[in-house]
Amino acid sequence: MSQIACENLILGYERKAVAAPLSFRVEEGDYLYIVGDNGSGKSTLVKTLLGLCKPLGGSIQYGDELRQNEIGYMPQQTIVQRDFPACVEEIVLSGCLNGMGLRPFYTSKEKKRVTQMLEKMEITNLRQRSYRELSGGQQQRVLLARALCATKKMLLLDEPVSGLDPVVTQEFYDVIHKLNREDHITVITVSHDIASAMKYATHILQIGEKEPFFGTAEAYKNNMADSKYAELAKEG
Amino acid sequence: MIMKIVDYLQYPFVQYAFIVSILIALCASLLGVILVLKRLSFIGDGLSHVAFGTMAVSMVLGFTNEMIIVLPGTMLVAILLLCSGKNAKVKGDAAIAMLSVGALAVGYLIMNLFPADASGGNIAGDVCSTLFGSTSLLSISGKDVWLCIGLSVLVLLLYIFFYHRIFANTFDENFAEATGGKVRFYNLLIAVITSIVIVLAMNLVGSLLISALIVFPTVSAMRLFKSFKGVVIASSLISVLCAVAGILCSILFSTPVGATIVVADILVFICFAIFGVVVKK
Repeated sequence: MSQIACENLILGYERKAVAAPLSFRVEEGDYLYIVGDNGSGKSTLVKTLLGLCKPLGGSIQYGDELRQNEIGYMPQQTIVQRDFPACVEEIVLSGCLNGMGLRPFYTSKEKKRVTQMLEKMEITNLRQRSYRELSGGQQQRVLLARALCATKKMLLLDEPVSGLDPVVTQEFYDVIHKLNREDHITVITVSHDIASAMKYATHILQIGEKEPFFGTAEAYKNNMADSKYAELAKEG
Repeated sequence: MIMKIVDYLQYPFVQYAFIVSILIALCASLLGVILVLKRLSFIGDGLSHVAFGTMAVSMVLGFTNEMIIVLPGTMLVAILLLCSGKNAKVKGDAAIAMLSVGALAVGYLIMNLFPADASGGNIAGDVCSTLFGSTSLLSISGKDVWLCIGLSVLVLLLYIFFYHRIFANTFDENFAEATGGKVRFYNLLIAVITSIVIVLAMNLVGSLLISALIVFPTVSAMRLFKSFKGVVIASSLISVLCAVAGILCSILFSTPVGATIVVADILVFICFAIFGVVVKK
């Protein structure tokens, strides 16, 4: 069974659809890129997958022992966070809350998980540092560590590299690629960066006003090539 | 000077004033951390005006215990403001401004149209003391003190119990909700706590100065402390110390209590701001 299966999903808010109906599946270990122009409904799709928005139609099913609140979400940074007084440990610990039920305080179990994730992100030395004093790349790693605390199976990244310089962007891609390959964590990422999609993605979902595309990265390449030739042929 | 203070401390009404103001200062600063970080600093001001409006209504209706109307009324508005969220047509600062000015105007109008007979028509004096809380702190009765203690303890317990979730909710509402946090519930909780604290604080500093009590300790603490826990602890200490210092000064120099406490808060903020700059260098 797929981890996520969407059938004829219609996205939108206030009863207005923002994109054509979508059907796609996400299997364990996939690396799915969601691409599309600005305003094509990428963020709405993310919010719908997370249960923050209700779909206008169609269905989403979660399977393969994945529950909706076990998706490790990495949102775009908000203005509030930029001068928020919080140390790295506090932020990463808050990723563990979804596994605690009604228990009000953290135990050594959560602390240990945080230690593991900080090691994985290679930011153990930042544990007591203040979030607002970190560089953009370090902040993204902190948010990724938090997302990892919230999930064992799936990461959902919303434009994770926006505002990062090329070197840091590459490092970040490598980290995510490693999580996908070595820890078999399914990755869904929203991105503008087609080049990186070609490099890392196993599957691509393109959304927008036109007919949406869903398929493997190979098929996407062929499809793109075809449509380019088609356009050239038309002009010629 | 010390003799004078010791002398005063033997009166029960001064003891009451100390207990009540320490508790209120503590609650206001704890809540202030959340509100300032959620960019809702001015909600304190807005809700205090709403509390003033409902107080006017209850005066006119002739309730002896105003709390019966003031607390639920303020709570309702707080819930409306904090829980309507992204779907509201008028939101954020505009909604707060509308409600606060509206409630103030309606409250004042009602007081003028139906002057309460007992107070002998001294409307200006009544308004002034509700807005600035000038003398009411020293006229608190034993019953009010117990109510205040009860509500403060409730606020403290809720705050401690939900501390980590409140942090998650304040830092990143989207993430909290995506990972199964009950964001609506916590926003409701914060709205309820906010209204309780504001109604309590009206007795201490009056409705106009409540914002100061909510904002200053947090902003001061944020100059120097980098972790959420550090800011929470520091701001509550600052707030309590300023309240105590303010009351002592107001006894010694017979200045208005509320304003004196706020001046103490301002002085601490200036010190912390300077210190913060020095430490960074």
